[in-house]
Amino acid sequence: MSIQAWTWVTVGITFAAYLYIGYRSRVKSTKGFYVAGQGVPAIANGAATAADWMSAASFISMAGLISFMGFDGAVYLMGWTGGYVLLALLLAPFLRKFGQYTVPDFVGVRYYSQTARVVAAIAAIFVSFTYVAGQMAGVGVAFGRFLEIPFELGVAIGMVVVAFFAVLGGMKGITYTQVAQYCVLIFAYTVPAIAIALLLTGNPVPQLAMEEILPKLNAIQHDLGLSSYSNPFTGLSKLNVFAITLCLMAGTAGLPHVIVRFYTVKNVKAARWSAFWALLFIGILYTTAPAVAMFAKYHILQQFAELGPAIAEQSWMQNWAATGLVTIPEGGIQTADQLLEAINRDIIVLATPEIARLPAVVVALVAAGGLAAALSTASGLLLVISSALAHDIYGSVINPQASEKRRLFVGRAMIFLAVVVAGVLGVYPLGFVAEVVAFAFGLAAASFFPVIVLGIFWKRANKQGAIAGMSIGLVFTFVMIALMRAQNVIPGMDEPVLDHFLGVGAQGVGVIGMLLNFAVTIGVSLCTPDSPISVRDLVERVRYPNE
Amino acid sequence: MHVAKAYWRRQLRRTGLLLVVWAVAGFGCSILFVEQLNRISFGDMPFGFWMAQQGSIYVFILLIFLYALLSGRADRQATLEADGEKDTAPPSATEG
Repeated sequence: MSIQAWTWVTVGITFAAYLYIGYRSRVKSTKGFYVAGQGVPAIANGAATAADWMSAASFISMAGLISFMGFDGAVYLMGWTGGYVLLALLLAPFLRKFGQYTVPDFVGVRYYSQTARVVAAIAAIFVSFTYVAGQMAGVGVAFGRFLEIPFELGVAIGMVVVAFFAVLGGMKGITYTQVAQYCVLIFAYTVPAIAIALLLTGNPVPQLAMEEILPKLNAIQHDLGLSSYSNPFTGLSKLNVFAITLCLMAGTAGLPHVIVRFYTVKNVKAARWSAFWALLFIGILYTTAPAVAMFAKYHILQQFAELGPAIAEQSWMQNWAATGLVTIPEGGIQTADQLLEAINRDIIVLATPEIARLPAVVVALVAAGGLAAALSTASGLLLVISSALAHDIYGSVINPQASEKRRLFVGRAMIFLAVVVAGVLGVYPLGFVAEVVAFAFGLAAASFFPVIVLGIFWKRANKQGAIAGMSIGLVFTFVMIALMRAQNVIPGMDEPVLDHFLGVGAQGVGVIGMLLNFAVTIGVSLCTPDSPISVRDLVERVRYPNE
Repeated sequence: MHVAKAYWRRQLRRTGLLLVVWAVAGFGCSILFVEQLNRISFGDMPFGFWMAQQGSIYVFILLIFLYALLSGRADRQATLEADGEKDTAPPSATEG
């Protein structure tokens, strides 16, 4: 059977499973719709969080980025895992004890202010929409490359599937399909990695096989005139590696679609354990990714060392050139730099099984895995958007008297609307949105993270402090990113207004926004009246887990 | 009431300690002192590089494991102490 036929089989089976699970977990109450009835077992929530968290970017792009960045790729590896330590120790158990439905709920009640709740809801919607558009586009690309159906149709199929289980099942439907999607994506990621590790070193564990490949890779990079793969700070300064890592960590801990997963478990203890399961499940992919990155780089460079410019005639090069993800320059590929220039980072994961000539069924798995990663993240984000609109803005501000039935209906309607908007943004991406996606972490780090942490660990933090801190953190980070990426964000500009702020580039500048947020929240809180006694009691209760 | 206070103090100390390890593994070994650590070999890999791309992730997983385990123990202990002195029990936790 051809790769394409196998892809139809794997995608068909997995999609049928998602629809079946979605149908089986339909809900009839808002508690079921927003927090899956708070009855999800810790290990299932861990798997769902892992799938929720690992997006098309983790699955498809990350290994490719690391492959080309070498050591500096560690910013993604550590940033996107280390954030879970902050989440588990500083946020998750306390928010579960607080026990409402959304992140804006916590901000609104802890800072006794509907304004704070609305600011938080808007920030949640903004961060989630920028993020979700990329997922839908990822679905379109995967369908286009592997099944040769038009991009728009691919996005539409993804929309129908997500809409089906999200509208019927809300958080419950999303949670259990995410568990299935985790299994699909981790299988699809590790099987090719194990196969290649075996092929290259005879050791089936990619994490151990790395050790054998690195010296060879360093040697071949050296022969081709490139710097050593394991050399630190070749592309980013030490300060920037530090800032980006910290920014991704705090951003991870502040992303509403991740935090909200911890509301779905039974109690505080389960929240702590599901953070552990989540990072364990994520760690399987994240410790495999740097190995995949090395294997791919080694394979490509070795082919180049053997074939020289004739590498352009390899069938994988030709196939990907047809999709535009490999661009062979006019004069052919003469140097290693030209080779690396010609290859889009995104194809590393998608093409490695092909480059290593693995069987068709393994290549087909990768498409199903990429789709699972994109769909699971999209559904989690869509639920955040729907709950911010239906629960925080409609249910708490516009119409607090709404009946349970009415609330559930509005929730379903909003998630349907969000799916449609996300699909449209996927098909017609705004240049601006695409640019901000990469910086969603900076924005989350500069807005949510400080006010939630202070809300739990510092009783004195008050309404005025939080609103000022969140606004200044957000505005500062947004303006900095806009200035540093002026060429893509501000119409009519063709170069950045600012290269860096105190040596920190656009990707890490959220850290400075975060520090500003902390400083402003603390400063303003100390200059204004203490929070009411009921709120201080609430903080006491949140800290103490026993019922 | 002081059961809750003592519980929280212990919780803060535990959290602080684990975060120190987090910072040493993630930022110390993997970024700030990576050049020095790269002179040490770990298997066939420079140790700093291995920490940045593998080791730190294992440490992070272990930290959350320890946190969940130790906090669970502290919860059980606090429940026992609170049961021992009912009059000064921590504020009852009505959800919401």
